[in-house]
Amino acid sequence: MRTKTKYIPVPSNAILPERDAAREPVLECVNLGIMLGGIKAVDNFNLTVGRTEIVGLIGPNGAGKTTVFNLLTKVYHPTTGTILLNGKDTHGMTTVQVNRAGIARTFQNIRLFKNLSVADNVKAAMNNDMRYNMLSAILRLPGYRREEIAAHRRALKLLSIFDMQNMADVPAGSLPYGAQRRLEIVRALATNPCLLLLDEPAAGMNPSETAELLDSIRKVHEMFQIAIILIEHDMSLVMNICDGICVLNFGQVIAKGTPDEIQSNPAVIEAYLGRRKE
Amino acid sequence: MTMKRLINLKRTEARRIFITYSAVVIAYVIFQVMSSSGFLSSSMRGMLVPICAYMVMAVSLNLVVGISGELSLGHAGFMSIGAFSGVASAILMQSTITNAPVRLALAMIVGAIFAAIAGFLIGIPVLRLKGDYLAIVTLAFGEIIKSILNNFYFGVDAQGLHFSMLTDTTRLLKGGRLIIRGPMGISGIMKIATFPMGFILVMISLMVVFNLVNSRSGRAFMAIRDDRIAAESIGLDITKYKMMAFVTSAALAGAAGALFAMNYSTIVANKFDFNTSILILVFVVLGGQGNMLGSIIAAAALTVLPEKLRGFSDYRMLLYAIILIVTMLGTNNAEIREFFTKLNPFRRKEEA
Ligand SMILES: Nc1ncnc2c1ncn2[C@@H]1O[C@H](COP(=O)(O)OP(=O)(O)OP(=O)(O)O)[C@@H](O)[C@H]1O
Ligand SMILES: [Mg+2]
Repeated sequence: MRTKTKYIPVPSNAILPERDAAREPVLECVNLGIMLGGIKAVDNFNLTVGRTEIVGLIGPNGAGKTTVFNLLTKVYHPTTGTILLNGKDTHGMTTVQVNRAGIARTFQNIRLFKNLSVADNVKAAMNNDMRYNMLSAILRLPGYRREEIAAHRRALKLLSIFDMQNMADVPAGSLPYGAQRRLEIVRALATNPCLLLLDEPAAGMNPSETAELLDSIRKVHEMFQIAIILIEHDMSLVMNICDGICVLNFGQVIAKGTPDEIQSNPAVIEAYLGRRKE
Repeated sequence: MTMKRLINLKRTEARRIFITYSAVVIAYVIFQVMSSSGFLSSSMRGMLVPICAYMVMAVSLNLVVGISGELSLGHAGFMSIGAFSGVASAILMQSTITNAPVRLALAMIVGAIFAAIAGFLIGIPVLRLKGDYLAIVTLAFGEIIKSILNNFYFGVDAQGLHFSMLTDTTRLLKGGRLIIRGPMGISGIMKIATFPMGFILVMISLMVVFNLVNSRSGRAFMAIRDDRIAAESIGLDITKYKMMAFVTSAALAGAAGALFAMNYSTIVANKFDFNTSILILVFVVLGGQGNMLGSIIAAAALTVLPEKLRGFSDYRMLLYAIILIVTMLGTNNAEIREFFTKLNPFRRKEEA
């Protein structure tokens, strides 16, 4: 059941990276919770993300990480709590509206438009920036040509961040696994997000691909100056790239802090390795 | 290296569009020459316009089924709305617009508009449904349209237009004309549909569908078809694009209906029943979802086939069914398909 949420001011003790401290956070989750299949899949989730912060969201399998993304993108509506995007309550918004407001995501189980070409996957995500109408498409008016050419150029430029520009005409479904994951990131970027959610982008990649991905994410972060939340099981990636890390277990936040703090946190070690037998 | 071996989508697509247009033009020229030089039997000549109409029906349904990924079982309903509104408007225009091709074109536009409005109104509830539910509701819609038109009376006299339902209560003045007569449909239609006009309509529908598919709207249709959740995540308005495909498809079907109806002197609502909807769906499935040339060939072949099988009298429909089943198995079997692609002279080496 959906309960009405109302604006709750976020406690100001949120830790933001120094560069973001003076600016309004891009995302604030307050007391977020949801019941799924009779369990509290996410409970009392609080997180503040700075303008240009990279946040790692980690935790064992089934901890509720993907569910947090589904809450942020309105695939699920929270049972309790508030999500503020750029200071605005997203209550009652749809997935489409949240995307237009600035959240873009990738999926843990890749969800590409398999029968579309790589370039078309990216251009589909630029749809809301395009203006020409149905009639100019059918009659191939100049507006159609101009915007299509511009969109294609931009798609190639975005693809080139991940060194994929020469795959533009290949059907997305026939890409190798790693390239599919990278294409999902490009597609998300094409919607001009201010917050990018990456759900296990390195899953199934080999170490050299993962290293390349790390560079690409850094590049994206530098180029677009956006906030990123990263769900990842590859600890070297998370520890390398994140400003802050949030650890979930059984739907609860069990630790928050910088990579160094998290690595030495006993609760985190216990969640990952299990309690030592006394 | 592996990338180079993969199909270049854009070029294949452009070539496929070019082949489709050329095939239609060549077929038109051949049949037009044969028809005017007396090589065609009169039964074949009479089928040229219906074949064009069915081609448009198949192409337009393919936009919904193949491109947009929705199973619609009521496409004949839009055809019948187009047929009745188109013919009725042609009769009303008979004295003012004496040029037959112009009147036919206007009637097709009227048919398209009425069918588009119906498509929009039906789309509002229907497009919220998914998969089987959508199929069932569109099926019901086709039947509802049929029974409404079977009970619809429409006439014109000096005082203007008159409508009534169930029984004829239009009470027309002397000199008035009852145009739509319930289950009797419309009779005394001037047969102004021509093969060239049918050809033009086929070309227009191909242009509409191809250009739409290769635009931002077409990308949206196919993105939503391939993955609805991902489409929402990149901000695509699902309902808007489903509606756009559905209404465009309905409008083309309406124009086809008007063309079809004006090839006969009498038209009744029962002509556009569930069987017709299924027949059109068979064209689409047989020709391949999303494959417009396939739809066109299937529509032509399956319209001509029952005629050609007439010699087998009693076994006609049995043979027809067997041919259908064999073709379906053939076109859907990967190995057989591969065999045919190997025979394809246009195939490029990389595609292997
Ligand atoms: N739609 C649903 N219905 C019922 N239960 C669900 C649903 N979605 C998630 N859950 C449950 O919620 C819990 C959290 O799932 P979630 O997918 O968020 O985990 P995760 O942290 O992403 O795990 P993983 O690392 O395996 O991806 C799990 O126990 C899962 O079974
Ligand atoms: Mg997950």
